[in-house]
Amino acid sequence: MGAPSPVGELELDLDAFEGPFDLLLSLVLREELPLAEVDLAEVVIAFVEHLAERGGLDLEACGEFLVLISALLELKARALFPEEDAELGELEPEEAAEELARRLAEYRRAKEGGAWLAERLVETRDCFFRVGPAPLAPVRPEAPLAPQEPAKLADALRALAVEPPAPSTAHMALRFPPVAQFVERWRSLLRSRSRLDFDQEVAGFSRVEVAVAFLALLELCKQREVAISQAAPFAPIRISRADVERSSLWTAHSA
Amino acid sequence: MDRPLRLIASNPVDQLARTIEALLVVASQPLPVRDLAEACGDEPERIESALELLGERFREGRSGIVLEHVAGGWAFRASREAAAACARLFERPVERGLSQAAFETLAIVGYLGPCTRPDIARIRGVNVDGVVAGLLERGLLSEAGRDQQLGAVRYTTTPLFERVFGIASLSELPRLDDLGADTAEIRHRLEQVAEKRPA
Repeated sequence: MGAPSPVGELELDLDAFEGPFDLLLSLVLREELPLAEVDLAEVVIAFVEHLAERGGLDLEACGEFLVLISALLELKARALFPEEDAELGELEPEEAAEELARRLAEYRRAKEGGAWLAERLVETRDCFFRVGPAPLAPVRPEAPLAPQEPAKLADALRALAVEPPAPSTAHMALRFPPVAQFVERWRSLLRSRSRLDFDQEVAGFSRVEVAVAFLALLELCKQREVAISQAAPFAPIRISRADVERSSLWTAHSA
Repeated sequence: MDRPLRLIASNPVDQLARTIEALLVVASQPLPVRDLAEACGDEPERIESALELLGERFREGRSGIVLEHVAGGWAFRASREAAAACARLFERPVERGLSQAAFETLAIVGYLGPCTRPDIARIRGVNVDGVVAGLLERGLLSEAGRDQQLGAVRYTTTPLFERVFGIASLSELPRLDDLGADTAEIRHRLEQVAEKRPA
């Protein structure tokens, strides 16, 4: 930095700091002085008083001061609410300002409460009293315990000592009906009718059965026994006998 | 017809007061009227009048022992006159070196409690784990269950807190809603300075 600016020379006398504004800035930037402890309102007042003493309005100094003090205010706000940047960032500027004011007011209340407690402690400093555990706390009548059978304890232990039954894994096994069964089923259906609708035929089946029925259909398709068609994804699946399809093609060609 | 006679004969208020004196000497923490009534086997109203009698007898300027209503109960403490002598032998250990952070944390828990560490940190804007641990160790805060939603431990002030700060209950903490004063004062000072400035 060159020659110290009028703002830098501003002498401050705060609770947390005493000296020129320049030094305050460099201490804050070197993180040797926590901003949370600096009363920035006092700095503003000091600057305004300084301006008043000088008489004339130094626009350059005012501008420089505004830039510096707003940067400090932003740093201080961030230090006070470190983890809540994102939360506040999502708010509209007016809402964020209101939220910040609300929290500062809340903190100020806590600070005042703390100050009251500190004063209170000074008032009660001369009051000595006995502190300690209460070996002689008033006796509370205990609910009388009904007479107990020792055998019950043994029973309780015995129940614990029994080896637990082996856990059943039955629920983990999916029971797949054989694909062949469904292959046969499709074949017999197609023997009596030449065209089928998949959804109609599997109505009332379990999920697994529907899946296996579909596998059987794919198998038949692979062996060119049936033809499958679907107008669009998730549209009904139409099944027809392969020879029907072929013969219709044949007739179309021969016509 | 025989009931008032029995009371007068077996336990006049003065005798009840002596019993209460004895109980308070033995106790190491303030005793609520309910406990005193239970121990004396007497009516709470009569305990209250006996305490009034004791309050007159054990007060500053008249006795080295002072009866006080504190932390939800009644207790004896040393008179202020004897503070210097007491301080030579004992210290009030709990409050030595309480930081501003500790006072603010106590205030937050006192006013809003029971509350969790995140609640306190949210208001103070900084981590409060160390402060809370220190206050727990001093016995000024204690755990009071868990937050239903987050599962964080909730803290509350202890009877010792009330004792140390000399209040009968948390309701004796001052109201803090007239906070405009501070901001108004800053504004006032700014205006004063502005007036001094030549236009």
